[in-house]
Amino acid sequence: MTELSNTWFAERMGDHGIHSRYLEDHHPAHMPCLEIRRLDWAHAAEEAKRQAMRLVAIWAVEIVEEDASKQLYTYMALAHEEHRHVLLRTPIHHENPEILSISQHFISAYRMERHIQDMFGIQVRNILDARLWIKHEHWPEDAHPLLYDFDGKTPMLSDPERADMDYEYVPCDSESVYEIPVGPVHAGIIEPGHFRFLAVGEKILNMEERLGYVHKGIEKRMQGRTADEGLTLAGRISGDSTVGHSWAFAQACEYAANITLPKRASYLRGILCERERIANHIGDIGAICNDAGFAFMHMQCARLREDMARLHAEIYDHRLLMDNITLGGVAHDLSLKMREKLIQQTRDIAAEIEHLRAIYADTPSIQERVIGAGIVTTDEAKDIGLLGYVGRASGHSPDERIEEAYAPYDDLEVAIPEGKLGGVSTRVWVRFEEIANAARMVIQCLESLPEGDIQTPWNLPETGVSGFAAIESWRGEIVTWVHFGENGIIECYSVRDPSAINWLGLELAVRTVPVPDFPLVNKSFNCSYAGHDL
Amino acid sequence: MLRIMRQIIKVGSITEPLPTADGFEQLGAQLKAKIKQRFQGSLAIRFVDAGSCNGCELEVHAANNAYYDIERFGVSFTASPRFADMLLVTGPVSINMKTALEMTYEAMPAPKLVLALGDCAANCGVFGQDNYAIAGSVADIIPVDAVVHGCPPTPSAIIQGILQVMDSHHHAG
Ligand code: SF4
Repeated sequence: MTELSNTWFAERMGDHGIHSRYLEDHHPAHMPCLEIRRLDWAHAAEEAKRQAMRLVAIWAVEIVEEDASKQLYTYMALAHEEHRHVLLRTPIHHENPEILSISQHFISAYRMERHIQDMFGIQVRNILDARLWIKHEHWPEDAHPLLYDFDGKTPMLSDPERADMDYEYVPCDSESVYEIPVGPVHAGIIEPGHFRFLAVGEKILNMEERLGYVHKGIEKRMQGRTADEGLTLAGRISGDSTVGHSWAFAQACEYAANITLPKRASYLRGILCERERIANHIGDIGAICNDAGFAFMHMQCARLREDMARLHAEIYDHRLLMDNITLGGVAHDLSLKMREKLIQQTRDIAAEIEHLRAIYADTPSIQERVIGAGIVTTDEAKDIGLLGYVGRASGHSPDERIEEAYAPYDDLEVAIPEGKLGGVSTRVWVRFEEIANAARMVIQCLESLPEGDIQTPWNLPETGVSGFAAIESWRGEIVTWVHFGENGIIECYSVRDPSAINWLGLELAVRTVPVPDFPLVNKSFNCSYAGHDL
Repeated sequence: MLRIMRQIIKVGSITEPLPTADGFEQLGAQLKAKIKQRFQGSLAIRFVDAGSCNGCELEVHAANNAYYDIERFGVSFTASPRFADMLLVTGPVSINMKTALEMTYEAMPAPKLVLALGDCAANCGVFGQDNYAIAGSVADIIPVDAVVHGCPPTPSAIIQGILQVMDSHHHAG
């Protein structure tokens, strides 16, 4: 399979004197990886910003080269609406590991840059915020787990001298401002994380997130595993997005191994992913309403979600659809009878949701709470590069099903709801619309399911190749990058869950919101802690 | 309002009896009696995610939906460990959650029942014990009364597990 490589951004950079080298062993060619000089790093980001690109991710790796020497690199992935993704990488000196921050150009870079500082000990110069992030204060100072020589197999012990150190939250010395610490253990059945509020009277002046509590060393754990083992792990990065993460991981491996999926398998993946989207949106709509005291919707939505989980257990052997994507295909084919069942249920659920939507829209007590709450403006959304339904509610709607148009979406009509107002009610509206659209696509895939295999035989990627994939999961774009060493063993790996970016939007959305509305706004974002913390 | 009523009536009661095949119904009845006797009819559970992928949380939520309706056994989830009878823990214990888990356990009054929920809580699951970021399984950090396997465990397995802790617990009651 030879594909024309995408030279668009290389040319744009060339116009500004930034020389780049195309890396042959990176796939796919339409999302190329270009090596640039380290001194051009921030300049390249500036040029990308000028070209109206968005920052997708920034990460670092340490690769063992052919001559057994170790080399650090930083990577940045950018995307343009028309010209798609491009990866840039630059080598970092071992003796003097530092790089310039690009957070002046892309604000969403700074947390990912802090991750690089924590995990590699690379110093990011001019960073807007240099505090520790995933690496909590109690870790030994010299612990940089993603360095090749770091022992990833022994549980790390806290440094007793650092045990009492605190994270420095943004202070406020005004007497009328009070602080509310919340978490890491929260009141409900939710994931852990810390929120620090500065409030005046009832209103939130500032809310700061402190995450990293559920960091499980996933990036390190991927190293030294086969692609198959990696896939099982990828399906557990964020349990609610198991299809999205498995798909992104599998696709990156498939690009690296240069194999293409049978058409039937891609349709079956589309069905899984859109059903996951429907189930999560239904659950979230119920939970949002519940946080505003409208328990009726919550009970109804939980019932529909349960109906879906039960059919998933019957057809796919798993209520949450885990382990249904394989390298090169899917685990379960669908008989005619199962297809009919899925079509019927998808139709019924979409109809029930429309009915509930009318009730929701006509209930003043819930409308009073959601309208105008927790607003992120279009400018802010574009600045941060918000993803998925959060972006769409604020007039920023990158969608890989359209931009990347990977199978089966090249055969489907993907409709994207475009909101503008950017509050809780708009995010709920986007979710209702997405349920309807996803249901339509599930039915279309089921009715026009192509004949053929559900699996292309897997073959080991060659030594030294890497693959990159971008998949539109229910929360938004997930990107995965995998680099293979000898015998198809994963040497390095990086993943960016949409939450890594969308968490930043929540901090903006809750400014000037009354404190009791925080749970409501938070639920309307529903970012993943696990997907962020890795 | 009328429409809400109509919808409620249309759906009716969907709460199911527990599956009888595995002798569950009986266990349910027994333990409901036990909750009544030992906890005056109400067992308060504090939930802590010590590092899960959030899959287990989805199933704990599901155990609260109208089909399973865990509350009918007198079980409720509480916002504070101070009045919790039981701690329900998911996930392998990450090094960044270890202290919070220990503090939550400390804050509980006796009898401090603990249920480790899911393969991760049981033995660190796919994340492994040989991992710099994992402090250990739940039992490595605090005393555990019962374990429920599954990735994630189904809602009925969760309910069964809660009942099992009640049954197997030997601390003074
Ligand atoms: S047991 Fe499975 S579902 Fe539960 S936290 Fe672990 S990986 Fe996630």
